[in-house]
Amino acid sequence: MPQLNIVQAINDALRTEMRRDPTVVVMGEDVGVNGGVFRVTENLYKEFGPDRSIDTPLSEAGIVGTAIGMAINGLKPVAEIQFDGFLPPAFDQIISHAARICWRSRGRFHVPIVIRAPYGGGIRAPEYHSESPEAYYAHTPGLKVVIPSNPYDAKGLLIAAIRDPDPVIYLEPKRLYRAFRAEVPEGDYIVPIGKARIAHEGSHVTLIAWGAMIPVALGAAEKMAAQNVSVEVIDLRTIVPLDVETVIESVKKTGRVVILHEAPRTCGFGAELAALVNDKAFEYLQAPIVRVTGFDTFIPQARLEDYYLPDVGRCLKGIEKVLSY
Amino acid sequence: MPQMTLVQAINDALKTEMRRDPTVIVMGEDVGVNGGVFRATEGLYQEFGPDRAIDTPLAESGIVGTAIGMAINGLKPVAEIQFDGFMAPAFDQIISHAARIRWRSRGRFHVPIVIRVPYGGGIRALEHHSEAPEAYYVHTPGLKVVIPSNPYDAKGLLISAIRDPDPVIFFEPKRLYRAFRQEVPEGDYTVPIGKASLVREGTDVTVITWGAMVRVCLQAIEQLEGISVELIDLRTLKPLDIETVLTSVAKTGRAVIVQEAPRTCSLASELIALINERLLLQLQAPVVRVTGYDTHIPYLTMEQYYLPDAGRVKKGIEKVLSF
Amino acid sequence: MAAKVTLQRESLVPFIQILGPDGMANPNDVVELGLKPHDFKALYRWMVLARTFDERALALQRQGRLGTYAPLLGQEAAQVGSAYALKPEDWVFPSYREHAVLAMRGQSWLQLFTYWGGNEEGNRIPEGMRNFMICVPIATQILHATGAAWAAKLKGEKSCAIVYFGDGATSEGDFHEGLNFAGVFKVPVVFFCQNNQYAISVPRTRQTASETLAQKALAYGFEGVQVDGNDVFAVYKVTRDALEKARAGGGPTLIEAVTYRLTHHTTADDWTRYRPAEEVEMWKQKDPIKRLRLYLEKQGLWSEQDEAKLLEEAKAEIAQAVAQYEALPKRDVEDIFKYMYAEMPWNLKEQLQELKDYLAEHGGDLPHE
Repeated sequence: MPQLNIVQAINDALRTEMRRDPTVVVMGEDVGVNGGVFRVTENLYKEFGPDRSIDTPLSEAGIVGTAIGMAINGLKPVAEIQFDGFLPPAFDQIISHAARICWRSRGRFHVPIVIRAPYGGGIRAPEYHSESPEAYYAHTPGLKVVIPSNPYDAKGLLIAAIRDPDPVIYLEPKRLYRAFRAEVPEGDYIVPIGKARIAHEGSHVTLIAWGAMIPVALGAAEKMAAQNVSVEVIDLRTIVPLDVETVIESVKKTGRVVILHEAPRTCGFGAELAALVNDKAFEYLQAPIVRVTGFDTFIPQARLEDYYLPDVGRCLKGIEKVLSY
Repeated sequence: MPQMTLVQAINDALKTEMRRDPTVIVMGEDVGVNGGVFRATEGLYQEFGPDRAIDTPLAESGIVGTAIGMAINGLKPVAEIQFDGFMAPAFDQIISHAARIRWRSRGRFHVPIVIRVPYGGGIRALEHHSEAPEAYYVHTPGLKVVIPSNPYDAKGLLISAIRDPDPVIFFEPKRLYRAFRQEVPEGDYTVPIGKASLVREGTDVTVITWGAMVRVCLQAIEQLEGISVELIDLRTLKPLDIETVLTSVAKTGRAVIVQEAPRTCSLASELIALINERLLLQLQAPVVRVTGYDTHIPYLTMEQYYLPDAGRVKKGIEKVLSF
Repeated sequence: MAAKVTLQRESLVPFIQILGPDGMANPNDVVELGLKPHDFKALYRWMVLARTFDERALALQRQGRLGTYAPLLGQEAAQVGSAYALKPEDWVFPSYREHAVLAMRGQSWLQLFTYWGGNEEGNRIPEGMRNFMICVPIATQILHATGAAWAAKLKGEKSCAIVYFGDGATSEGDFHEGLNFAGVFKVPVVFFCQNNQYAISVPRTRQTASETLAQKALAYGFEGVQVDGNDVFAVYKVTRDALEKARAGGGPTLIEAVTYRLTHHTTADDWTRYRPAEEVEMWKQKDPIKRLRLYLEKQGLWSEQDEAKLLEEAKAEIAQAVAQYEALPKRDVEDIFKYMYAEMPWNLKEQLQELKDYLAEHGGDLPHE
């Protein structure tokens, strides 16, 4: 089985779906001739030509808005927004249209688009290139929000997202793009949207994370194992719809929860997880839920970003806090 | 003391500040000649002229983006976005610029703008005219988010917001615009940003809410017999008055949060996370959320089923008490 | 009743050139500029300095000593010519490639290195200076410039604003909104588009079906002009005229400086993937610095020795900035939390303490994993 990194796995997913389904098109800034700024769409232009691998003008609202129109008329666009920080110009099209059309039209129209965006910090990028905006989309009814953490899931989730009849925000942790390789099956397979994965089984504390925080979580779980503390790491993979069953089952088992994310804390997705655990497993909780997150500031530039992003040490501190209560 | 509706109180706040400070201007769609679609800017054009009560082209990003530029060059724009649903086109200017300029410039520039927005459902309006988008802005670092629930607070908070050196999103519960009148002092006074109001003291359960839901909660409380409810009107959603919230919940041990917005990843979620973090041992029951559903707000024939009403609030209170 | 309609697409906007690629210029046009030999030399010096900075920044990035960097090679005349026309009281709203403009406006090379080195201090504009910060989200700064110029007009100030953006920015909604507001309110702003032919990999022809970018101004009710962006004289002239018009209450102008990015979009880009070598060669022949040097030499204003001396000075000036940059003190983590609000709210105080406690537990810095 080929060993691929996340970029290659996503590229493979796009190619697989474009071969299988002639209505799938990719579109965005520099996705054609140039193969995408991260090379995610490499060679699609050569194989599928300029009508299915479309270099658009520089306009995020234009990209998402026209993708919606294409989807209504029978295509399945996979639109790329070049960086997380450039999703906001498309915000209106995403929340006022993509998310609402199925509901507004009473199911007559739907918007099977995928909006791919490189996501999160950790690559020493310039300003507006390291954002973690998932909470905005998690709060918006009508969207699905998917965030893979490894090559296998990246391919399978993206294929699932392309086939999904609803609009999917597909956030790609750019810090992991080339961080490691994993076995990725050739051809067609899916990882279902809405199913979390137990990345590491454990019984003392539940650690919930997604995207680039998964290696951090696993690093912390390993360190705790050396102290005979068994950490269950849940990789959510999809934050909307949330696999609430897997989360609650784990919390009922461990009674202790740490939530780990890059985004700012206030009203981040960690807040929703804390609220859900409070709703559904309150009497099992042996300690207050701990959130280990980015701070309520903007992510700093290269010189200070390591101090902003949660690392293994901060994660360990969170675990120790929840254990010592 | 004059009796005013909420919309009159906002108008009075604008007038008061524009008279006091020549750098304050209002701008937006239909805010000049027409006095605003809700008449919140009525009379300002006549008193202050077209250069201070500015009818702009129809372009929300343009309104907020140019307001930012004006603020950098010494003015204090109060920009109106005509309806909550039309904030989205200005989202980039709000979160990528207004919120960030102080931080990015290391304090060299700041953006003392107020973005006023009629907010929420309950007036049987058209699509995209009944949204409750506060969570987006509460999640964004660098913004302040304010929402009054009565005429007195509306005037005092808006004056505070205009004088605040940071960008303030000022939500106006449109359902309350003309719902009732209240005594509002003439001239200058402020209600501080960041301070909640204890609307009613109680000992059995804390109800936390804001905006138009304050009245709904009061209605519910009046219908409940033999239960002592403490009602908190947050007034400012960011920065949160965490002290008032925690003091109350520590006392009652039970909390219900009531909001119009969809439930998932909302301010109600954040409040639960904060209460859980700091008061788990004092909690006698899981905090209950009474909220809009995770759908879009329905059109006028169904919106009453979406918006929390006194019955749903009562049910929430009963649930948290019966745990 | 059919009226006869004639479309004259080529002549919708004027195209201005004074100094040709061969260094030749019509003497009357040069006189009309009102510039003296010392101005010519100053223009030349700034262009050489900008190119020296650019080369050094690129090299530092390649050596891992600077973050991702957006080079300006080939666009020196567009930047230097336009900035030379500005007055200190005018506002400047840059995008992220205007290193020459910022330097000419008084920002130090050190500050530019600091910014591109991933340090927020690089965005701290010195007090009193009317430069705004580098802007990364495309076209968004156009509205800020319109707003600042509008405020100047409302306050009765005699200043105006200039905003820099690229050909790609003309595709964004904020371009439309910014120009439209400026037209409606007759705002004293100059929209300076450096059409460098590519938005990363996408060519100008894929941004718009419009014959020129400049003619878009006509639809907003004001003047658009195309200028040879590699001709520092012509750029100076059209910018100066546009600024004077703005100051006199004549409203906005859209300038399209036709130039070429002779380099990558940023250091994260590989320009060989999307453009033909012949095209690059063709534009190298139009080099903005070379043509001014030819002109100066022909006028007897410049010698080999002058050139050698200038290059040496430029290198020394930039080297000094690099040395200062590399000696910058370690950042304080409080910098992350400062300047979010005029007053720090409780959640930030708590989170700062959280981070400080964590670092203290590990000897004052992040643990090495």
